[in-house]
Amino acid sequence: MTALNELYQQVILDHNKAPRNFRKMEDATKRVEGYNPLCGDHFTVYVKVDGDRIVDVSFEGAGCAISKASASVMSAMVKSRTVAEAEELFGEFHRLVKGELQGEEEIERLGKLAAFAGVSEFPARVKCASLAWHTLHAALSSSEQSVSTE
Amino acid sequence: MTPSDTDTVTEQFRKMVSIAGCRHQFPLLRQYVNGKPLVYFDNAATSQKPQAVIDAMMRYYQESNSNIHRGVHSLSERATQSYEEVRHKVRAFLNARDHREIVFVRGATEAINLVAHSFGRLALREGDEILISGMEHHSNIVPWQILCEERHARLHVIPITDAGELDLEAFPALLTERTRILAITHVSNALGTVNPIKQLIAQAHAKGIPVLVDGAQAVPHMHVDVQDLDCDFYAFSAHKMFGPTGVGVLYAKSRWLEEMPPYQGGGDMIKSVTFEKTIYNDPPYKFEAGTPNIGGCIGLGAALDYLRELNMDAIRRFEDDLLAYATARILTVPGVRIIGTAREKAGVLSFVMEGIHPHDIGTVLDVEGVAIRTGHHCAQPVVQRFGLPATARASFAFYNTKEEVDAFIKALHKAREVLG
Ligand SMILES: Cc1ncc(COP(=O)(O)O)c(C=O)c1O
Repeated sequence: MTALNELYQQVILDHNKAPRNFRKMEDATKRVEGYNPLCGDHFTVYVKVDGDRIVDVSFEGAGCAISKASASVMSAMVKSRTVAEAEELFGEFHRLVKGELQGEEEIERLGKLAAFAGVSEFPARVKCASLAWHTLHAALSSSEQSVSTE
Repeated sequence: MTPSDTDTVTEQFRKMVSIAGCRHQFPLLRQYVNGKPLVYFDNAATSQKPQAVIDAMMRYYQESNSNIHRGVHSLSERATQSYEEVRHKVRAFLNARDHREIVFVRGATEAINLVAHSFGRLALREGDEILISGMEHHSNIVPWQILCEERHARLHVIPITDAGELDLEAFPALLTERTRILAITHVSNALGTVNPIKQLIAQAHAKGIPVLVDGAQAVPHMHVDVQDLDCDFYAFSAHKMFGPTGVGVLYAKSRWLEEMPPYQGGGDMIKSVTFEKTIYNDPPYKFEAGTPNIGGCIGLGAALDYLRELNMDAIRRFEDDLLAYATARILTVPGVRIIGTAREKAGVLSFVMEGIHPHDIGTVLDVEGVAIRTGHHCAQPVVQRFGLPATARASFAFYNTKEEVDAFIKALHKAREVLG
């Protein structure tokens, strides 16, 4: 596979074309906006947290295929996990796109997230891939209303 | 056809040929990126430098480096002379009346900030207005916003049409008795639109309003004559016109430079300093505090020599042809929409592709060796005007070729293939 096909895997193209949980959430407990000023990506992430469990996640906005697919996959992956589990997954994802995970096994363990492994070959795109995650992190951890990748 | 017509046609043809042959004088262009021959289409961000510019700067540092306007020694005199010669070259390049109307700055951004700060202090009172356009680069928006905030003045904006041209019908009413300056771009970096600035300047002057022209995207592509335009200020950066980064020019009519207070204080901008009173130097030195970018100025001088040799009118014709070719070719790519379809354009082809985000286009093109810019091009309001978060932008210089356009088009097809 070429680096390009590795980057734009079918999973990513699918989620870009038909993003999951792509909607506004009226009864969200938290809503945070994330920007990537460099390329104009702009998403709003909604979460509904009950105790320490994420009951629902959704997002809206516009961005490149990588950022949109990442938001979509993220929303599907973290739903019904605990806050701590979601944060741990973010850590793993971050290491994945920075190319810090070693070996197939470690990568495969990430399930659908593994589709983003190709991002590590494109340093300029790491911010796109992690925008939604940074935004979710802000929603889960702080009182901030907006985050920026810059 | 008279004999003299034949002569000019022959001469023009010779110039066109020499432009086509100049590519090898740009060493950076001779490289592979991601295993593909580099196609550099990001000239609006910054241009590449000919060997002559690189050599001139190296020679300066190897043979003449010294501080200017201060030493009695020979090196300093030589450096001062070289530096001041560039001022004369810029005067000739812009056809300014006097070399003392040329102020060296860091770039277009600093030139505009200088005017906003200094002319702004001189001219702006509470309730006054500043007029800009809807297609300005952030550097011709933000300094005026800062000034307006300080002075409790208002910023007004000339709207733009769907084609990306200024709305000339809305324009006259925006020139009011409170308007203190019109600050407008000559060529839009996001759309490529060439504005009819001579006409705008005349209309503003009829109401006694001075005009600053942001020429950053004009000087690499066309002949500029500041006396003919009759602008009050003209700003540009050397790095977009084949010179080095870190140096630029503010042209200003003498009467303004006389009246305007200094921008920064320091060495070189004074005649005498005591703790009681400082006497400022005469323009342009009044506006050149501190040791300037001497090496950069020398590089700018070499770029001006280079452009004079090629001839700006010949460059314009060559690039018009290239842009027309690229425009026709890109329209054959399914789902492409050009953003900015003004009747007169220079150097820029902004576009979007249905269903593909510009950033993804940029990545695929980069893998194919084609360098373009994606995003809002530091002109967010223009891109928003078209209801877009971003565009992809190919921008050209005279060293680009139709073969490169072909490679670019092929890469766009590839983007469609990869991204569906
Ligand atoms: C139209 C326009 N004005 C001003 C600037 C600012 O130039 P610089 O960053 O060199 O100061 C640019 C650069 O992109 C530009 O395109």
